[in-house]
Amino acid sequence: MLQTLLPILIFAALIVGAIGALRRVRLWRQGRRSPMVWRRILLIPKRYLNDLHHVVARDKAMAHTHVATAGGFVAAMALAVVVHGFGWRHPILGGLLLAASAAMFVGALAVNRRRVKPPEKLSRGPWQRLSKSLLAYSVGMFLISLPLVGIAPALFGGGVLAVLLIALVAWGVLEMIVGMGWGGPMKHAFAGSLHLAFHRRPERFDDRHPKSIRPSGHQFDQDASHDEHRGSRSTALFPLDLNAEKLGVEKPADFQWEQLLGFDACVQCGRCQAVCPAFAAGQPLNPKKLIQDMVVGMAGGTDSGYAGSGYPGIEVGKHHGASAEPIVPQLVEAETLWACTTCRACVEECPMMIEHVDAIVDMRRFITLERGETPEKGAAAIDNLIATDNPGGLDNASRLDWAADLEIPRIQDRPEGVDVLLWLGDGAFDMRNQRTLRALVKILRAGNVDFAVLGDEERDSGDVARRLGDEATFQRLAERNIATFSRYRFQRIVTADPHSFHVIGREYPAFGGEYVVKHHSTFIAELFDAGRLSVATSEQRETITYHDPCYLGRYNGEFAAPRQVLAALGLDVAEMERSGYRSRCCGGGGGAALSDVPGKARIPDMRMIDVRETGATTVAVACPQCTAMLEGVVEPRPQIKDLAELVADALIEQPTAADDIVSPADSEFFDEVPA
Amino acid sequence: MMPPDDANSVSVFALVSSGRHPVSGRAGRAREDARAVEMGLMLAGSALKLAHAGDADDGALRDCLEAYLGMFHGLGDDRPGELSLLPMTTEDDAVAALSEWLANSGARLVLTGQRAECGEGSAMLPYLLAERLGWSVVAGIAAIESVDAGSATLLQALPQGQRRRLDVRLPCLVAVDAVAPAPRQSAFGPARRGSINVVEGIETSPDTARRAWQTQPARARPRRLKVVKSGNARDRFKAAAAKSSASGGQVLSGLTPDQAAEKLIDYLRKEKILREEKTPSISEEASAADQ
Repeated sequence: MLQTLLPILIFAALIVGAIGALRRVRLWRQGRRSPMVWRRILLIPKRYLNDLHHVVARDKAMAHTHVATAGGFVAAMALAVVVHGFGWRHPILGGLLLAASAAMFVGALAVNRRRVKPPEKLSRGPWQRLSKSLLAYSVGMFLISLPLVGIAPALFGGGVLAVLLIALVAWGVLEMIVGMGWGGPMKHAFAGSLHLAFHRRPERFDDRHPKSIRPSGHQFDQDASHDEHRGSRSTALFPLDLNAEKLGVEKPADFQWEQLLGFDACVQCGRCQAVCPAFAAGQPLNPKKLIQDMVVGMAGGTDSGYAGSGYPGIEVGKHHGASAEPIVPQLVEAETLWACTTCRACVEECPMMIEHVDAIVDMRRFITLERGETPEKGAAAIDNLIATDNPGGLDNASRLDWAADLEIPRIQDRPEGVDVLLWLGDGAFDMRNQRTLRALVKILRAGNVDFAVLGDEERDSGDVARRLGDEATFQRLAERNIATFSRYRFQRIVTADPHSFHVIGREYPAFGGEYVVKHHSTFIAELFDAGRLSVATSEQRETITYHDPCYLGRYNGEFAAPRQVLAALGLDVAEMERSGYRSRCCGGGGGAALSDVPGKARIPDMRMIDVRETGATTVAVACPQCTAMLEGVVEPRPQIKDLAELVADALIEQPTAADDIVSPADSEFFDEVPA
Repeated sequence: MMPPDDANSVSVFALVSSGRHPVSGRAGRAREDARAVEMGLMLAGSALKLAHAGDADDGALRDCLEAYLGMFHGLGDDRPGELSLLPMTTEDDAVAALSEWLANSGARLVLTGQRAECGEGSAMLPYLLAERLGWSVVAGIAAIESVDAGSATLLQALPQGQRRRLDVRLPCLVAVDAVAPAPRQSAFGPARRGSINVVEGIETSPDTARRAWQTQPARARPRRLKVVKSGNARDRFKAAAAKSSASGGQVLSGLTPDQAAEKLIDYLRKEKILREEKTPSISEEASAADQ
């Protein structure tokens, strides 16, 4: 009986599953088309085994579980097709099938143990069922294959037990094969493999890609934050064609088809939810739910089938969508999209390599460029950028007011060119950041660096405009800045603003601006390496911690240089639990400080709790935005110091350098002032 | 806010001008004109027509006009905005071009900002236009309450948040105050889709009055600080927040237009603003405003 039923069962499941899979492919193909490169399918094994598994392996227990379960299943299924399907009952194959089923069983046990009390980040519903189905398949397949190696052949010849076994295997095959094609939890394997093949950012899988900017190459081996990132950090947003008929994404069908495929790959593991600063702050954003909502929109229906954590403060089950219906507000509320800080923590954690931030910015683009519904302060910042080239609406000529006494050379006076073009960023208008900039100028002078600034010819880099979805204003600013750069000669650009660093270094190349851009932490580390700075190491021992800015660390992979600078100052860094590539955002990126979506807690307050846990009295920062957000936390709290300030405080001044700045007359004047 | 029938029965226009950013001096939406467009969009939706008289070949001007067209979103339909550009040089008189064109446009309600941000900026344009067209004119409008075929009910802004309700006959020119609701964001997509139609056959005439003028850059004068000596925070705050307001006024109500005009003329004579002989145009305007 088994020998007739099993092949029918296996082939019927494969056929029904394939029909479902084809229907799924049709759903993805609703998206915007791009040229198909079929041979990319060959990339799946390498990308799966290297890149995907590398992310999964950050949770060692889960990685082993997945290897056993998935590896066991793939082997068991392939062997079952040969052995039971085609009836090639070779004992060795039978033995392998038993081994594969056993491995899968062990994995499935671990899955089930995790599912006894599933952590909050996991989805329940069909995902709880999947753990049982894994058991059913592995047990059923194991027992039903025992006769192949000559064990208990008489027992399973017929009767109730055979029916029971067939039922077990049928349950397993239904979940694993039919469910894979028809949108069950196993869909993640099918969509996920194709997503790896047709990923929109192939550089993520290629660490020798020409587009990649490798960080400074300094090594650091702190366990907490060390991560040898595979592939290049492909983090630049995709340019938007401003002549397109519709700008940005209004409906699910407006996404690129690869993006729809990517949403379908989601395995609802909730790693994104666990690291999302907006979710933790009780703002109405949950990256996992957002991706599931995109799936609902693509396939049509409501979100009532979703069995995980929702958006904080928004009830699950009240929203619906279809591929040709607008996403906002019936499927996703606008505030969900505006709560994102674009910190990329979700993308970094996602084992399926889903690009949440791209999707959010695509939808923001539609809201800003077509609907004109940017949150109020964001819209005001954009208007200011259009009118004054800075988001504060300030006179661009006052960009250098803080340096009136520093006599900083202008690049306009140096037609022969300079070594370093110092890019000030919009922090030049902020009194707190001006202290950082003054410290940085002091360091550059101490290191005898040949540098100059653009002065009032510098404009905002376009970072905020772009993250708020205003690609038109971003491109205008980028083109004008590139035109300005082209008029002057310099070797490299150095900036204390990671956002400018990222945008100029990674996003301007798409508009024809290719420059060597260095963050000041990297540049100062190089000055130390070259022995051009001498510092007095601090006598009093204090505990210090370092907060990795998202746009320096996760976006650009620079984790080492800031720590190297702190080490050069003789400071011991007590790492926060979430540091390095897992650093928690300060809450100030992506225009989130402007959209200011209400939540239960403030993101910088939560970050300050992380700081306090280390016992640090000072937190070193390397970003004007992080400085502002963390200093906004009420006292008493650890003090916030930019790396440049820490270095400048420790500098041993060269007497000759001081003479240049303070004139003799001034010194006499100071002498007369009673202390 | 408005029953759609009312808005459809009255054709609403907004006159827009090139603004000048107070810090950078860059062209953009003028703040009061943008409020006038916002008011028009709330009233007439995408049926609102925009108009501007200026140099059709000026690229910066076109960018700025597109910024007004970028406000045509969130109106329930996807009809793009339309702007009629009456070509003229900077030497020409906008009043002549606009009045000729408006007279033939079928416009019943024309909204504009009170004062342009560049050029003369005399705030005279609404009055001169209304005079030529023979329309009613009201200034300092904060909101339009209702419009029907023959008249409109408006709220006029007075100091310290006071409002005066006015009923005006159509056709009417409305100069919108800076306290009117803030304009919506100008979006790139609608701005791109909106059309600027250059109107052919507009007869322009040079602005003869201006030729006789001499212009010179304004001299920046130190602003007198009002120092409040009180040690009391509440008093200092009140002094800082207070707007100058007229005092010793008298509210007259229940008068016929003729009686009201007499009262006003008496007042103006007392203040030595009017000389003894009676000027008919002023009394007409006064009675119109009082209605």
